[in-house]
Amino acid sequence: MEKGTYEVKVGLAEMLKGGVIMDVTTPDQAKIAEDAGAAAVMALERIPADIRVAGGVARMSDPAIIQKIQEAVSIPVMAKCRIGHFVEAQILQEMGIDFIDESEVLTPADEAHHIDKHPFKVPFVCGCRNLGEALRRIGEGAAMIRTKGEAGTGNVVEAVRHMRAVMGEIRKLTTMDDAELMAEAKHLGAPYELVKQTAKLGKLPVPNFAAGGVATPADAALMMQLGAEAVFVGSGIFKSEDPKPRAVAIVQAVTHYQDPEVLLRVSTNLGKPMVGINLDTLSDEERLAHRGW
Amino acid sequence: MARHLGILALQGDFAKHAAMLKQLDVAYSLIKKPSDLAPCDGLIIPGGESTTMTILMHKYELYPAVTEFAQNYPVMGTCAGMIMVANQVDDERVDPLHLINIKVLRNAYGRQIDSFTTMIELPFLDDPSPFQAVFIRAPQIETTGEGVMILLHWQDQPIMVRNETVLALAFHPELTRDPRIHRYFLENF
Repeated sequence: MEKGTYEVKVGLAEMLKGGVIMDVTTPDQAKIAEDAGAAAVMALERIPADIRVAGGVARMSDPAIIQKIQEAVSIPVMAKCRIGHFVEAQILQEMGIDFIDESEVLTPADEAHHIDKHPFKVPFVCGCRNLGEALRRIGEGAAMIRTKGEAGTGNVVEAVRHMRAVMGEIRKLTTMDDAELMAEAKHLGAPYELVKQTAKLGKLPVPNFAAGGVATPADAALMMQLGAEAVFVGSGIFKSEDPKPRAVAIVQAVTHYQDPEVLLRVSTNLGKPMVGINLDTLSDEERLAHRGW
Repeated sequence: MARHLGILALQGDFAKHAAMLKQLDVAYSLIKKPSDLAPCDGLIIPGGESTTMTILMHKYELYPAVTEFAQNYPVMGTCAGMIMVANQVDDERVDPLHLINIKVLRNAYGRQIDSFTTMIELPFLDDPSPFQAVFIRAPQIETTGEGVMILLHWQDQPIMVRNETVLALAFHPELTRDPRIHRYFLENF
């Protein structure tokens, strides 16, 4: 019997496909998410929109908060550690978290290196803006990739940009011969073997999810139609006027993402979404997606 | 006649089952609504989260549709799919379909950190050579009742069972490239 193998790590990511992973900060929110049909929850001290407002250094949540959420639900519980902060990751693994998000939403702990994720038994998800970044993270051992988007803004434009970049670059790879793939690997700054594998598969070698700015059922379905295999919703649910029906609606939108009849029905009468942030008003330093290397 | 399977595609690893059927050259439909079942002569319920599947099956009236379908056609359930076909589950958040007389325990092996793979021989096949069984936050079969045949044990636990029309597994044959278990379902149900 073998635990913590690559198959087992990617296996859990496969189980989350077609689902919604919701940010929650309390056991009550976690239960609302589970009752709405979330496939997993992300346990946090503060959701990204509040991290933005609070400023300062954002770190791993207090394990006590995460543990209460673990006790409240039966679905997988994820938690975030800082980029490069492998000790926060060791702590999260020790407490039996199901998936670790090495996340740009927290303040990076290392400005050159991400965590070497291979030695861990728990799977990792990492953010990306393009294919090169995605394949570098997979090279380090990530079992799931998500777009970075721009967390805590309620604005889906960056998630769209990142998903289009990844999918477009993959489509380009599928037309190249082996010699061109080596040149492209150099250009992408990505491991050649993973570039070749991606070209052959016509998709990332691990599940490819969307995150960062999803606020409505239509946003979620948009990301799915662009090629996402599941959707993270951070601030979009619990910063909206009425979280419960919105959570249920987004779950249905992800399952029925190609069915406009369903999308119309679940988009109707949801109350006010979270107040969005226009990205032009954010300085470079306020943009979380620029974190990570 | 050529088979045409349905794969319940509300949430979970339905694409992995689809890839396996493609490998076996079997036609399939992804099932999201009752009307999608029309061309099918069998159904696979994949891995995923059984709480999510419960909610979406209720919302899209799939309980009566699948129950009726299962009276005429075979059903295979893997992991969360096994929970969905069971008679009884230890968790009131999940409503099973009562298609096979087993009682199951959700997440019985623990959290993701306890997920594992192991090689298991398949004595019910002509080619019983070891199969890679992948267990992801897997359920356990606590008890089996009348009419249930145990096909596989692991560490004294039944992990693969059947009756006349239903095949239920605690693990994920769809996460391997080995089509023997899917072929067994196609040829024996």
